[in-house]
Amino acid sequence: MSQQQWPLFEIFIRSKSGLSHRHVGSLHAADAAMAIDHARDLYTRRGEGISIWAVESKSIVASDPAESASLFEPAADKIYRHPTFYDVPEGVDNL
Amino acid sequence: MDRERLSEYLLRLADNALISGQQLAAWVGHGPELEEEMAMANFALDYIGQARMLYTYAGEVEGKGRSEDELAFLRDGMDFRNVLLVEQPNGDFAQTIARQFLYESWYLPLLEALAISTDRRLAEIAACAVREIRYHLRHARMWLVRLGDGTDESRQRMQTAIDLLWPCTGELFAADAIDEWAAETGLGPHPGSLRPAWDAKVGAAIEEATLKRPVSDWVARGGRRGRHTEHLGYLLAEMQFLQRAYLAANW
Repeated sequence: MSQQQWPLFEIFIRSKSGLSHRHVGSLHAADAAMAIDHARDLYTRRGEGISIWAVESKSIVASDPAESASLFEPAADKIYRHPTFYDVPEGVDNL
Repeated sequence: MDRERLSEYLLRLADNALISGQQLAAWVGHGPELEEEMAMANFALDYIGQARMLYTYAGEVEGKGRSEDELAFLRDGMDFRNVLLVEQPNGDFAQTIARQFLYESWYLPLLEALAISTDRRLAEIAACAVREIRYHLRHARMWLVRLGDGTDESRQRMQTAIDLLWPCTGELFAADAIDEWAAETGLGPHPGSLRPAWDAKVGAAIEEATLKRPVSDWVARGGRRGRHTEHLGYLLAEMQFLQRAYLAANW
């Protein structure tokens, strides 16, 4: 029997209309169609979603952790970029 | 008399579902891939859920106070009314896929017809099951085509499995007095009426899978009358052991 592994897919699920797809995990499948089926069986058992995206993991381009200092740290001392200087009206919960 | 016939009709459906569930559950821990194993576990739970609803209803109609557990765990092989196809062993993955594909190609249209049954409660149970089985069948068909139209070895195994199980499919369409009564009263479809669509759909899938449709028309039958193959005994022994050894054991 072949010990070759199926390619890895990243799975994104949308929990309800209006929300965006969120990464929920990864799985192995022979191709994209099977990845959708597997995602359905693995990640939507308890009514978690209404839509599934599957992306082959190798298609994802990731930032280099070694560069995180130059990529992300410059933002740390620029608090004026946060919209925290506004008064939030009472009763607004989801801003 | 009608109660007797109705409970018998329901028991057949329930037994098919329970045996299917037990079979698929046996893949847990043995699946070829983790993802497939989860799929099998899901399917098993779907079937067991259907069996529970059907047994509960059958027990009520029967009126002897038998619970779903008593019907599932305390009857002997000759009291089981499932068709021979569902009790055939899991074998290799191809054999399980072949069994599920051949069976569900019949079970889905049966459920669709039962969803408009004159019996309201049965119609509700069937409507619920239709959605589950539609996905099961999609899964089984997908694997049939993948394995059939795959490598030399996978095609060989898939063909062997189809050939092996083919004789058990004829029984699905054979009607006895209970089926005739069910068809007359609008309880369920006449088994024979399911044949043309099954032939067409199964034939198309086998062709897409580049496999050969078996030509044998020898038919194994007896499940509905409680005359089973040797496999059912082993399956029941494993499934019923706990309840029989520890009567009324509970979670």
